[in-house]
Amino acid sequence: MSSSGAAGHAQVPGEPNHTRRFATIWIVATLIALPLVIFVLGPHMPPGNGSEQASGKVTDNTVLAAMATPVMLLVVIYLIYSTIAFRQPKGGALEGPAVRGDARVQTAWIVITSALVLSLAVYGTVRLESDYGAGSGNGPSPLVVPSGPKLPVQVIAQQWQFTYRYPTYGGIETTHLYLPVDRMIELHVTSIDVIHSFWAYQLGVKADANPDVDNIAFVKPTKLETFDVRCAELCGIWHGYMRDKGHVVTQAAFETWIHEQQSRLAPARKVLPPYRRTYLPEPIRRGG
Amino acid sequence: MSGFAKKVLGVGAAVAVLGVLIGLYVASWATSFPQTVSATANPASAGGGANLTLETVAAVGHTYSPAHPDWVSYLVRSGGRWVHSTVYDVPANSVVHVTIYQYDSPTGLRNPFLSQVQGTLGGTMTLDGKTVDSVNPEEASHTFAIPELGVFVPLPGVSEEAKHPCEEAPCEAASSDHRTITFSFRTGKKGLYRWQCFVPCGAGYLDGNGGPMQTLGYMDGFIRVV
Amino acid sequence: MTSTAAPVPPGATSRPLWRRLAGFNLLSAVILGVAGYYIGWLIGHHIGGPSYKYEASADENDVALLLGYAGGVVGFLVGLGFANYPISRMLGRPASLREKEGEGVGRYFGLCTDHKVVGIQYLVGIGLFLFIGGLNAMLIRVELLKPSATFVGPNQYLSLVGMHGTMMIGMMTSGVLGPFANYFVPIMIGARRMAFPRVEALTFWLLMAAGFILVTTIFFGGFPTGWTGYAPLNDQAVRGMDSYICFFALVGVSMTLLGLNMVVTIVTMRAPGLTWSRLPIFVWSVLATGVTMVLAAPMLIATLLMAALDRTINTSFFVVGGGGSSYLFQNLFWFFGHPEVYILALPGFGIVLELLPVFTRKPLWGYRLAVAGMFGVSLMSFFVWQHHLFVSGINADLRPFFMLSTEIISIPTGFIFLCVMGTLWKARTTFTVPMLFCLAWTFNFLIGGLTGVFLSDTPSDTDTHGSFFVLAHFHYTIVGGLVFAFFGAIYYWAPKMIGLRFNERLSKLHFWLMFVSFNSTFLPLFALGMLGMPRRVSSYAPSLQTLNDWASVSAFVLGFSMLIFLYNAVRSLIFVRAPAESNPWRSKSLEWQVPTPVPVHNFDQIPVVDSDPYDYGVPLLSGGAQPATAGA
Repeated sequence: MSSSGAAGHAQVPGEPNHTRRFATIWIVATLIALPLVIFVLGPHMPPGNGSEQASGKVTDNTVLAAMATPVMLLVVIYLIYSTIAFRQPKGGALEGPAVRGDARVQTAWIVITSALVLSLAVYGTVRLESDYGAGSGNGPSPLVVPSGPKLPVQVIAQQWQFTYRYPTYGGIETTHLYLPVDRMIELHVTSIDVIHSFWAYQLGVKADANPDVDNIAFVKPTKLETFDVRCAELCGIWHGYMRDKGHVVTQAAFETWIHEQQSRLAPARKVLPPYRRTYLPEPIRRGG
Repeated sequence: MSGFAKKVLGVGAAVAVLGVLIGLYVASWATSFPQTVSATANPASAGGGANLTLETVAAVGHTYSPAHPDWVSYLVRSGGRWVHSTVYDVPANSVVHVTIYQYDSPTGLRNPFLSQVQGTLGGTMTLDGKTVDSVNPEEASHTFAIPELGVFVPLPGVSEEAKHPCEEAPCEAASSDHRTITFSFRTGKKGLYRWQCFVPCGAGYLDGNGGPMQTLGYMDGFIRVV
Repeated sequence: MTSTAAPVPPGATSRPLWRRLAGFNLLSAVILGVAGYYIGWLIGHHIGGPSYKYEASADENDVALLLGYAGGVVGFLVGLGFANYPISRMLGRPASLREKEGEGVGRYFGLCTDHKVVGIQYLVGIGLFLFIGGLNAMLIRVELLKPSATFVGPNQYLSLVGMHGTMMIGMMTSGVLGPFANYFVPIMIGARRMAFPRVEALTFWLLMAAGFILVTTIFFGGFPTGWTGYAPLNDQAVRGMDSYICFFALVGVSMTLLGLNMVVTIVTMRAPGLTWSRLPIFVWSVLATGVTMVLAAPMLIATLLMAALDRTINTSFFVVGGGGSSYLFQNLFWFFGHPEVYILALPGFGIVLELLPVFTRKPLWGYRLAVAGMFGVSLMSFFVWQHHLFVSGINADLRPFFMLSTEIISIPTGFIFLCVMGTLWKARTTFTVPMLFCLAWTFNFLIGGLTGVFLSDTPSDTDTHGSFFVLAHFHYTIVGGLVFAFFGAIYYWAPKMIGLRFNERLSKLHFWLMFVSFNSTFLPLFALGMLGMPRRVSSYAPSLQTLNDWASVSAFVLGFSMLIFLYNAVRSLIFVRAPAESNPWRSKSLEWQVPTPVPVHNFDQIPVVDSDPYDYGVPLLSGGAQPATAGA
């Protein structure tokens, strides 16, 4: 914010150079805050490092916070500075300078904010596509698909429980989600009634479950841990209770678990419909 | 105080009183709950734990629900009567024995996976005396499921050609056709768990999942482990 | 506000009560509304009665309720007298263009074509429903004190959440245009009235009928969908959903007419000399908002009609089994919904930029930039809606586009901040209560806007969509932004609207308590969202209890600050009644140049305008220097 410009007001003798003062305070504050945000807050940003996608978003959130910090400091410090420095003396009736604008300041602002925002959009796109959707639901035809083998896991959302099917293990369905670590998982999220949303917090995965839609999300878990599964789209009375714990385990533990499920849930397996991308059970509609 | 102020004060007081009355009504609506029914305790000699006896009916009837007499519902046996409630207290760290008299006709499970009994002692239930571990998904009329405890029990329905179906609650085993299902599950520490039916039995609603399926007191409830 | 009763000529007896009550007013409206409800209900009962098998099993007749509401609204409006003009014209009688103007207190309780009366009606009516919405919020925060409490049943909790959001948004949409634009836009542009005075009154009474209908949802089982009303859940819901549908449809009609009225008035009824570059910035914001309303609201009405048809006659717009799509509702709703939130934000911009010059004694800095910002926001708001659907499985090609458009919309929003900062530069600021609210707006909307940038970034949005982070973001922009500006406007314009002064101490107490408790309530909610708490839940992870309790207690304090405002209002306006000067803020804007109380016809002579209202400040000497003493 320059003190000279098209409207121009030169320094009044005795009055401090507000521009220089304010700029100094802002730059110092930014130089203190920015490293704190990037190096102290950054590594602890949500959603944590439970998967490649989640780690990507820790970086992403750090970048966003780093870009927001100087902007936030600019406006907040400006507000404080101007309320302290530019006051009406008690009982006074003075008027300020009749300045209606400053073309240079306006142009600079437009250019800088546009550049900031456009670079964020580019960065966001790069992040989104390089992380194969960054854990979000890409819809039935994702833009970028990871190469190499992927473990398909179907998440079926119903009112008010998530169940999971493993098509490469005989299409077995289970009530809990176990995932092997360090393998790329291809989640197929679908619903058989209303809109739900599968949110695995520590894995950084969120994909809406729409009826008759196959919503694909990619995630590669990197830590052996228990993660929270919650429903993130209001689906009725038990929406808040539609939650579960998922587990990321070693490949061996995963194989053991799956085979145990296959034998334990054999009666259910016999009656399950064949694995499909979406299921449309007969709706019970009005009028019979 | 000027005349204007007095008038306004009078009107204001009347409005305030009305507001308080409305507020009380709204508060009572907001906090209304089906009554809590405790599972009856089993004597220690019979193995301890608690008993819960429930029934599912095709229509709950005007006496129990003047607003929705045609809705399906669970009822619980308490004090020798059938009570219209779905909030049950059960003891912690014990075994709960559940008996369900099922009077409704089949609707069919939306997700056939839930036709297998899960989470009960032994992974089985008894259906009319026989021990089974799953039912035909098309035959399911309701389920009793406590997802947070892993309990999923499908309840098969009474055949459509039954001679004495029970039209309206309360239904009695002696006079109407029914299926009897018993199972047991173990409770852990104290907590509040919700339970629900997974069969889309809310006739007249889209996907069968509206109405009684989404209203506390009919096909949904709380299990309070105390 | 003039004195209570019209002066009675000496020797005459005042009319008996029953004669004063007879006629077309609120009482007749309520009576005819109830009658209309029953007529509609009866028709619906016969259309969709026991002959329909589904009615027999569901015990719910949505057709009857919808027709009942429709009949009730028609009866209500007829009772107020809205049918009188068309019917009398059809019968060949002369036009009556003015209703109840100059009649005393009674004109506030009926159809009055005086835009100033409509403004006050809006202020009180919206205030009443905001109060109800606030009570809902208090109940919600009580429920959230414990991780798995059941103080409120789960059905009722969802209804409370839905009612709170729906009521607040429905009311605040017209929250500034209703009271303040209706009252002041004609005066600010030098006109005697709005372009369509009767329609103006209609928008108010439609909103009141709508608010009442929404409140009756508790008699019909409430609604489980939250304010977004997504299909197919809205199809499964019990009858209370119809209250939501009626409420929002009526709000949509009210919005469309209100916006249309504003646009036509501003475009066609400006005084001589009031060119576009001299228009007050508040009027510009009203124009931008009005345009957005007219374009967006009809979409809502159509969407709700489709939902109602799905619920009643088994169409399949949103039912997948019948060939419809759940995405259709989401897209239609948010195509309205996103411009809607800018309809909420824009008037706040206008109020802050209008008030700042008065209290900084400087002209508005960057006038053209501010106008560009407002219209940029209004235009771009139609191109960003799919950012609500980033994770829902929309076509993956679209996401980078909507990420870009949403990022871009922050550029015109930034213009407003630059104008605020420019106006504050080297100002001579007096920290009156309205000024405090403007500064608070700047701080709050900054946080709201920056968190919006986080949400516009798809990877980041993956974790925060549907969580308390989003909730905190929109409360910061809507409450921290619009509602703070709304209160600033009340304190600023009350001396002109009501002619009385608020108590300064109580007003400042209200401000500080509100500002501190508001930030204390919603700042932790960002953390809650980042820690994984979804929206619209009454049960959450026990580790999050401390943050929730902090937010709940702060929310109770926020509610208490509203009671302080109420006490201040009642005390100052009814008991103390200290008269206000005609222009206590020494504003150069046209509305402060008319006497208080404002005469019915606003101006004795239509003014001729020769400059914009920001003629403050000491002009600079040639060469750019400022005079040594900047005199008044």
